[in-house]
Amino acid sequence: MTTRQINHPGTRRGSVSGWSGRAIAAVVLLIFVLFFGIPIVWLLLASTKSARGLIVDNPFAPGSLDGLAANWDSLFGFGDGEVTTWVANSALYAVGALLITLVASIPAGYAMALTRFRFRRLLLILTLVVMLIPNTALVLPIFLELNTVGLIGSPLSVILPMSFFPFGVYLTYIYFSTSIPRDLLAAARVDGCRELQVFTRIALPLAAPIVALVAFFSFVQSWNNFFLPFVMLPSSDGYPIQVGLTSLLASTPAFNPSSAGTQSIQLPTLALATVISVLPVLIVFLFSQRFLVAGMTAGGTKE
Amino acid sequence: MTAVDQSTRPAVVARRRPGGARPGGGRSAMSYGFVALYAALTVAFGILPTLYAVYLAFTTGEGGFAGLDNFTKVIGDFRFLPAVGHVAFYLVIWLVSLVVLVTLLAIVVHTIRWRWLSSSLRLIFYLPGALAGASSVLLWLFVLDPTASPVGGLLRFLGLDSFVQVIVPGNLPPIFAIIAFWTGAGGWIVIMYGALNNISPDVIEAARIDGAGTVQIAWHIQLPLLRKWISYMGIMSLAAGTQLFVEPQLLSQASNAVVPNDYSLNQLAYQYAFQQNDFNGAAAISLLLLVIALVLSAFFVMRGGLFETD
Repeated sequence: MTTRQINHPGTRRGSVSGWSGRAIAAVVLLIFVLFFGIPIVWLLLASTKSARGLIVDNPFAPGSLDGLAANWDSLFGFGDGEVTTWVANSALYAVGALLITLVASIPAGYAMALTRFRFRRLLLILTLVVMLIPNTALVLPIFLELNTVGLIGSPLSVILPMSFFPFGVYLTYIYFSTSIPRDLLAAARVDGCRELQVFTRIALPLAAPIVALVAFFSFVQSWNNFFLPFVMLPSSDGYPIQVGLTSLLASTPAFNPSSAGTQSIQLPTLALATVISVLPVLIVFLFSQRFLVAGMTAGGTKE
Repeated sequence: MTAVDQSTRPAVVARRRPGGARPGGGRSAMSYGFVALYAALTVAFGILPTLYAVYLAFTTGEGGFAGLDNFTKVIGDFRFLPAVGHVAFYLVIWLVSLVVLVTLLAIVVHTIRWRWLSSSLRLIFYLPGALAGASSVLLWLFVLDPTASPVGGLLRFLGLDSFVQVIVPGNLPPIFAIIAFWTGAGGWIVIMYGALNNISPDVIEAARIDGAGTVQIAWHIQLPLLRKWISYMGIMSLAAGTQLFVEPQLLSQASNAVVPNDYSLNQLAYQYAFQQNDFNGAAAISLLLLVIALVLSAFFVMRGGLFETD
């Protein structure tokens, strides 16, 4: 935005708005840049080091490609390649949930925004309330419910609950109620479009950005979800990588001196596992940053 | 409720309503088709689990009516009050730092005129959000272990020479607050920044002409206009913070149980369900946590005005 372009040289009279004020602001910002940035930079570097190098070398000295390769081998050799299974599971759960989320929430948001039907208001209020409930609050009740229908341990026990994504419906609802010209839809109807065609041919193409946004949030949330799969999946074959990390942690002597098993994990290997566990999300984050910022502030600020 | 245009409020959707004028029968049938799957998911993973938790919380293991027994049992548990205390202490530290620092950082970033700098800063603050869940906790285990930490010097300067010294129970609430702040603050900074952009430039301009400095503008104009967003952030974070689980769970595992595995309320509920096989007790704790989250969110839906439904 251009809000800040206004510049009046003659009007700075505030107590701290001279250069001392700016210096304070710069120091504050620098501290927080370090606070937010250092752990990530360090983590990337740590995954290239040897176990000894991690302790002895300068924390910000890069390791070597050999070190990275050694850590890679050690990580993917853990438990006969369990890590590969975990990453594949994460992908299956996150993508599965993402597809169902889109099929469920985009039409629902559209219908709630542009048509009237019984229970519409009820559904809308439920959406808002459930959207504000923290993810973890319903995990144990959902476990108890799925336990009675015998779904525990199956991939569906995480995919289905993750597919329920009221925030996506809310974003779609806001988008369709504020940004789609109704006359356009009316014109399509006059031209003889059936309702389903109005949605698929007119509304859906226009809503492409919001579909991508819902997909992004759903993917990130499912990929990073810990408590739900932790509770639903008893066997380590079914773990997503986020839960798999706990198995690795349990085999790291540095944090668990009692874990003197055959399969011990060194700290740099654990660091590499952490990098791999967030890599897909990190990449998507970097590529869709601008777009995200617009989406996160959509809705509420449009009053 | 059906096709009546009940809204006179100037809301998000302040346009002419379709359907109100011409309630086409085919269209409303179509609407049911459009919402069917979502409605089914809402019932299956929103309403049913809630009802089931209520049922379990008020029955015994054999299915008989238990009255409030489950609740008195879990509240009387010697681990319950300490868990409440831990979560409450953590929430206070986290919420205060979140509200103060996020608002401050958003306002400071907003005063930057170089667009590249302001957007890079927001990206740096926002990026840790990608490392949520177990990954962020694992990363912070490294940072908090003086032998490996990138800020080991700082930790030793504070008199903390070993991992076990860092994670003594008294340090945990601030540690969890730091982890939560590190992963969560960036998203809120972006949201606050967006809200600041929405403040009319004319208002700021007028204040400048009247001689207000940056600090005065922030205090007297921006802060009051951000109030709704700040309270939104506060309530959402309060509701989310009551559910503390992954941080103490992993720390407990990494510390050889120096951190107990019933540190937070959600962990205690987990213990009831999976260690003691007492689903009714677990349901009672879950229900207490759910009621807190529901009350907070309902308060916001009703009073907030941020989410105009109709």
